[in-house]
Amino acid sequence: MSTVVETHDHGHHGPAKGLSRWLFTTNHKDIGTLYLWFSFIMLFIGGAMAMVIRAELFQPGLQIVQPEFFNQMTTNHGLIMVFGVIMPAFVGLANWMLPMQIGAPDMALPRLNNLSFWLLPMAFGILLSTLFMPEGGPNFGWTFYAPLSTTYAPNTVNFFIFSVHVMGVSSILGSINIITTIFNMRAPGMTLMKMPLFVWSWLITAYLLIAVMPVLAGVVTMMLMDINFGTSFFNAAGGGDPVLFQHVFWFFGHPEVYIMILPAFGIVSHIIETFSRKPIFGYASMVYAMASIAILSFVVWAHHMFTVGMPLAGELFFMYSTMLIAIPTGVKVFNWVATMFRGSITFETPMLFSIAFVALFTIGGFSGLMLAIVPADFQYHDTYFVVAHFHYVLVPGALFGIIAGAYYWLPKWTGNMYDETLGKLHFWLTFISVNVTFFPMHFVGLAGMPRRYPDYALQFADFNALISVGAFMFGLTQLLFLFIVIKTIRSGKQAKPEVWEGAGELGLEWTLSSPPPYHSFTVQPQVK
Amino acid sequence: MAYIKKVFTKFILIAMPIIYSSLVLSEDSDYNMKVGVTEVSQSIFDLHMLIFWICVVIGVIVFSIMFWSLWKYRKSKGAVAADFDDNFWLEIGWTVAATLVLVWMAVPSTQVMVKAYDDAEGEINILITGHQWKWHYEYLEDEVGFFSNLSTSQEQINGEVPKGEFYLREVDEPLVIPTNTRIRFLITGNDVIHSWWVPDFAVKQDAIPGFINTAWTNVPEPGIFRGACTELCGIKHAFMPVVVRAVEREEFDAFIATKVALAEEERMLTSKVWTKEELMERGEGFYATNCSACHQINGKGIPPVFPALDGSQIAMFDSKRHIEILMEGVQGSAMAAFGDSYSEVDIASVITYTRQAWSNGENGDGVIVTPQDIVAYKNRIDL
Repeated sequence: MSTVVETHDHGHHGPAKGLSRWLFTTNHKDIGTLYLWFSFIMLFIGGAMAMVIRAELFQPGLQIVQPEFFNQMTTNHGLIMVFGVIMPAFVGLANWMLPMQIGAPDMALPRLNNLSFWLLPMAFGILLSTLFMPEGGPNFGWTFYAPLSTTYAPNTVNFFIFSVHVMGVSSILGSINIITTIFNMRAPGMTLMKMPLFVWSWLITAYLLIAVMPVLAGVVTMMLMDINFGTSFFNAAGGGDPVLFQHVFWFFGHPEVYIMILPAFGIVSHIIETFSRKPIFGYASMVYAMASIAILSFVVWAHHMFTVGMPLAGELFFMYSTMLIAIPTGVKVFNWVATMFRGSITFETPMLFSIAFVALFTIGGFSGLMLAIVPADFQYHDTYFVVAHFHYVLVPGALFGIIAGAYYWLPKWTGNMYDETLGKLHFWLTFISVNVTFFPMHFVGLAGMPRRYPDYALQFADFNALISVGAFMFGLTQLLFLFIVIKTIRSGKQAKPEVWEGAGELGLEWTLSSPPPYHSFTVQPQVK
Repeated sequence: MAYIKKVFTKFILIAMPIIYSSLVLSEDSDYNMKVGVTEVSQSIFDLHMLIFWICVVIGVIVFSIMFWSLWKYRKSKGAVAADFDDNFWLEIGWTVAATLVLVWMAVPSTQVMVKAYDDAEGEINILITGHQWKWHYEYLEDEVGFFSNLSTSQEQINGEVPKGEFYLREVDEPLVIPTNTRIRFLITGNDVIHSWWVPDFAVKQDAIPGFINTAWTNVPEPGIFRGACTELCGIKHAFMPVVVRAVEREEFDAFIATKVALAEEERMLTSKVWTKEELMERGEGFYATNCSACHQINGKGIPPVFPALDGSQIAMFDSKRHIEILMEGVQGSAMAAFGDSYSEVDIASVITYTRQAWSNGENGDGVIVTPQDIVAYKNRIDL
């Protein structure tokens, strides 16, 4: 222990050795790396669950798993992908990149940073352990609607609640750290409207997290009370209200959706300007668009609940407010296209993922717009059309944003260029399989297949088989990504400080060596 | 390589939209929303197609500009980057344009919504109650009701016999409604939240315990319409389909008359003195329909979720607790309360059956439970 402290106190010789480097680290890069690897491992665990789901749905009938286990798989797949993959990956990217992008040596609150990471393996250890308990893990869907998740839940629901609490604490602490860092540690001259868009996207995201994570904690605490202490928040028999659960959950849940996409907006904006060799079009409107999306996200929650029986005025209000979100989102897409227009474009792997992001996220946006139309939503609601929609915004949306960011910054992090041929192969296999998997879901949904079904009618069989094939291909392809990342860490062509042609002018991170020094900026750079 | 790229691009640009639209365009397509049979479902379909085509047009415009830019301004062809990074009027322009398109979408959406939303009373009012995992239908005017269970056999689900045409879309007793009549559905849940969906009527309403939601329809033509439960309600969420049979008014009246007569007969049965054999026979049928999906036809259950009844201490020696479980259910488990949903005769007969069936009759006390015992239990509880 004492040697570790001394190393940190005296010189800037780099990290401590061995396991203590990772357990006790307060370094933003080490913590970023931990977050990213955690998220990567979770991607394979959550992905394995998706493979179980798709194997069962490969053909009608019950072949591989029973419905009770199937429901545990859908629930945990959702929880892990949302809280264990997308969110930690973005926090990992923030840890790595925010200090480097704003010209700071580290995050503002390094010990808090360590704590927010190490809470996560605890939370997911608790959650995953329930799968090995006799009653099985949570089986009520990642949205855990009461009373299925209270009166009718397995006893392991208490572990689930505790784990959500711990995740919430981790997110809130992480957000406090990010906001503090951004407001206090920017290089002289970097005014708010000169901040890189990834920094802006995270500033807004961190505020969203601080606003809604307590709401999630509140709703699971109410569940805890209902289950163990005889209250009736959500129990109609005791005078409670099951719909209240949904209102509170989605008041958290909708901002959460944007928490999972805003940082990707930031990443993709950087990549598109880099490989178009042209500054981002409409920087100010990009910032305003993200802020509008964040504000609007607080007044659209009930569009997840159009069939619970709201008054007509309520249905119409939430339809209009949801449609409004299409405006800032559309502006962002137009800006990205305008950035490419009259650029000088090359197609390295991060750019390919970003182009796919713009195209496929827009498709997810269109289906979102269709879902906003209340009367039509009566037919779409809780079918595979919804599954297609949110997978289009989360996989080729959020996940592609993360993968693009990883390729974009990997040479900076490791000092080694990744293998471009393998990267392109990874892109094309991913791009094809993601569409084979999720596009036909629109069709089965429209044709009437409800979501969360372990077994289905015969008319959906062909498309389900196709979807499963696509899913297996998508899953296998990500092993290639793992291989590429490890290969890049171990070897590769030496990367220059600016890595990408002309990137040196685009952000402070490209002025540092590749790999960057352990304490990024020990002398604050001046921003003009 | 260049040739493959060219072919691939052409395929993406030309073939995909054609394949897609040919799949989607035809009205009776298996890949598109159901047009349905009611006025509301048809206007929803038209609205869906309108929004879809608006999205397609916007998509084609945006993606054409994007892919054209990627093609035209690629560095490998010597493109040199321009140096502009905003354009005030362009940005105002497309924001206004997006807003106008949304208004264009919102107007018909609002019109259809107002038409679909109407909770006035119907000529016929039907109370729909979602149970784990079956639907109960009650005709409020005539005070008769019944359960509607999945009728697909477990063997079909397990793949032991070939699957039928209406696999998982068939029930033992469909809801029967008259044509050309305004029907109001009052929808609620008994245990967890379910959702009652019939695509052909464009009716989807959540069945929530403690709430009564309304929906309505008016079906112009006779037919059989199949739907599903669309809110995750537990293990058998996929196994509680909705089937509605719309018939001419005369046939409907005859159906209701039979139901009323049957209900009267049921009431008579409670006071009748039952023999063990009569109870056993009735109980076996009830067990096969309502219990065997979880506890299995051989009484072995699927432990630990669904306990075995064969060899169960309660089923062999504790008839009091046995009655209590059937009447009240078991909190925190999948076992529902049957007391309010079924007649005394049904409850008594299935208890008697499970106490005699398999090895329970030989090894247990073999107590026979009669409908009168259930009445007595109910009276005691009510005190």
